[in-house]
Amino acid sequence: MNHWVILPILLPALVAPLIALAMRFDIVLARIFSVASATLLVVIAGILTGMVVDGAVLSYALGNWVAPFGIVLVLDRLSAMMLLLTSIVGLCVLLYTINGWDKRGQHFHALFQFQLMGINGAFLTGDLFNLFVFFEVLLIASYGLMVHGGGALRVKAGVQYVVINLIGSTLFLFAVGLIYSVTGTLNMADLAVGVRDVPAADQALLHTGAILLLVVFAVKAALVPVQFWLPGTYANAPAPVAALFAIMTKVGAYSIIRVYTLIFGGTSEEVAWIAQPWLVPASMITLVVGAFGVMASRSLGQMVSFAVIASMGTLLMTVGVFSREAMAAALYYMVHSTLAAAALFLVVDLVTERRPGQADLLSVAPRFHQVGLVAGFFFLAAIAMAGLPPLSGFLGKLLILDAVREAPEAVSMWVLILATSLLIIVGFARAGSTLFWKSSAQEGVIHSRVRPRALPYFALGALLAMTVLLTAFAGPVMLYLEETAYQLFNPGDYQSAVLFGGLAGGR
Amino acid sequence: MEFLVATAVGVMTAAGIYLVLRARTYPVVLGLALLSYAVNVFLFAMGRLVINLPPVISESATGYTDPLPQALVLTAIVISFGMTAVIVVMALRAFIESDTDHVDVALPGEDAGKGQR
Repeated sequence: MNHWVILPILLPALVAPLIALAMRFDIVLARIFSVASATLLVVIAGILTGMVVDGAVLSYALGNWVAPFGIVLVLDRLSAMMLLLTSIVGLCVLLYTINGWDKRGQHFHALFQFQLMGINGAFLTGDLFNLFVFFEVLLIASYGLMVHGGGALRVKAGVQYVVINLIGSTLFLFAVGLIYSVTGTLNMADLAVGVRDVPAADQALLHTGAILLLVVFAVKAALVPVQFWLPGTYANAPAPVAALFAIMTKVGAYSIIRVYTLIFGGTSEEVAWIAQPWLVPASMITLVVGAFGVMASRSLGQMVSFAVIASMGTLLMTVGVFSREAMAAALYYMVHSTLAAAALFLVVDLVTERRPGQADLLSVAPRFHQVGLVAGFFFLAAIAMAGLPPLSGFLGKLLILDAVREAPEAVSMWVLILATSLLIIVGFARAGSTLFWKSSAQEGVIHSRVRPRALPYFALGALLAMTVLLTAFAGPVMLYLEETAYQLFNPGDYQSAVLFGGLAGGR
Repeated sequence: MEFLVATAVGVMTAAGIYLVLRARTYPVVLGLALLSYAVNVFLFAMGRLVINLPPVISESATGYTDPLPQALVLTAIVISFGMTAVIVVMALRAFIESDTDHVDVALPGEDAGKGQR
């Protein structure tokens, strides 16, 4: 077996308790270990991506228990891409928090590592119940990060966040139970075979389980009608943590893509493409809600949260077409929107820190420290998020528009994407002019205790540089993503790697 | 027996949903606990209800009960127990910091700034 596959889970799982136990009072040492672990994760994810770029599917049987009896980790192109994206966003956000955020509460670095472990595990696992367990791991860590630094409002928003996710977990268990009761397996590759043999009398149970599972993933991905938790959570969480959470909505999107192409995909007869009739309308409404939310927001944090909702709408609407071209475009947009949202949340934090009293409220106030530099970064990140040329958001939306031409809902999709893009551009333009432009006409300067440091700007710049690279190397990236989409719609390799590969000891 | 278990799951779920929809944290926590009880019993029943059959191989066995749901329930119990502890502590902290146990959060702009950093 190829032991590289388990490293993205193992490394943070070892580093986190080490930081929590041995470096509790030594922030410098904790920072060194945390950054070293995050950097190593980028390297490992890069190596793993190199291993699967030729289309190989690596299956790792935990404890050498053969699938479908044991739990397997599976690495294919999609998982490798998500691991790489997570590790890059994780490293940038971690570097940003070293400006002092990590000292405002206990155990920041340990929680951060556990968070990375949970996310990596969710991307790697090939077992439905194990997916639930990794969801819980990443959620427990996120509860801690969400209320990091404290404050009445933040803890209250944190309680809401925990409650909604506990209800989500309960639904997940109901869905898993239903699916297990009619198929007798939880291994995803085995389920893809199992759902075909479900007797007609049990079809209703299987359908209920499949749709219930979609609701659970929709909660994670902030899809209408279960999107309401996101703005409160992201706007009240520490902004750098919200930047890391940009990847968490993508865990929901990833689960939808994985489960509804592999288990409920083209080969599953009765339940083939079961998500399609629900996913497209729900994401269309999500997109509209997000765009109007951007227009109506009262603070920058809230505005970025609604932009995240709109981007999830765009992403899942494209996924809902369930064609190879659309999937490749959706994956490109997913990478782009994660980077752009993370960068914007870091900008929110730069603004908040420099405007004590006003924080990130969209109000006219005198100039603040380094207003020009922050405005420049906001401009770049907002262009990326709204989908204006020349950054990757524009390319992403162009690819999506091109890919959905064949879909039956193509006209409404085009209208919605173009109209909401305009709304989002107007929203961000208005926010930018209020925060940065009108302030220059005001008397005086806001004084804050922020010391100018290079590292936060470096971290933010790195995220934006990634979107520039994503634009410049769109050709090779799309080639990889098209092959990823091919792999998703032809899951034969995945199934044989899981069900028969483990026996031969893998590659 | 099936009727009894199904009714128990149904009643606990209904009561749990009702309590979760209350606006105060204490009923919400109780509701979450009830929901997790309901789902644990539900998961257990997913392996079919049988009496006096072993879950692991034994020579005198006439049949077997499905061991997997029992393992799943154990995992789910541990997780939901830990989560209940987390939500109790966070609800308590929220109550201490804001002097109210309402679940709602004020909109930005209604409070001065964004609370204490």
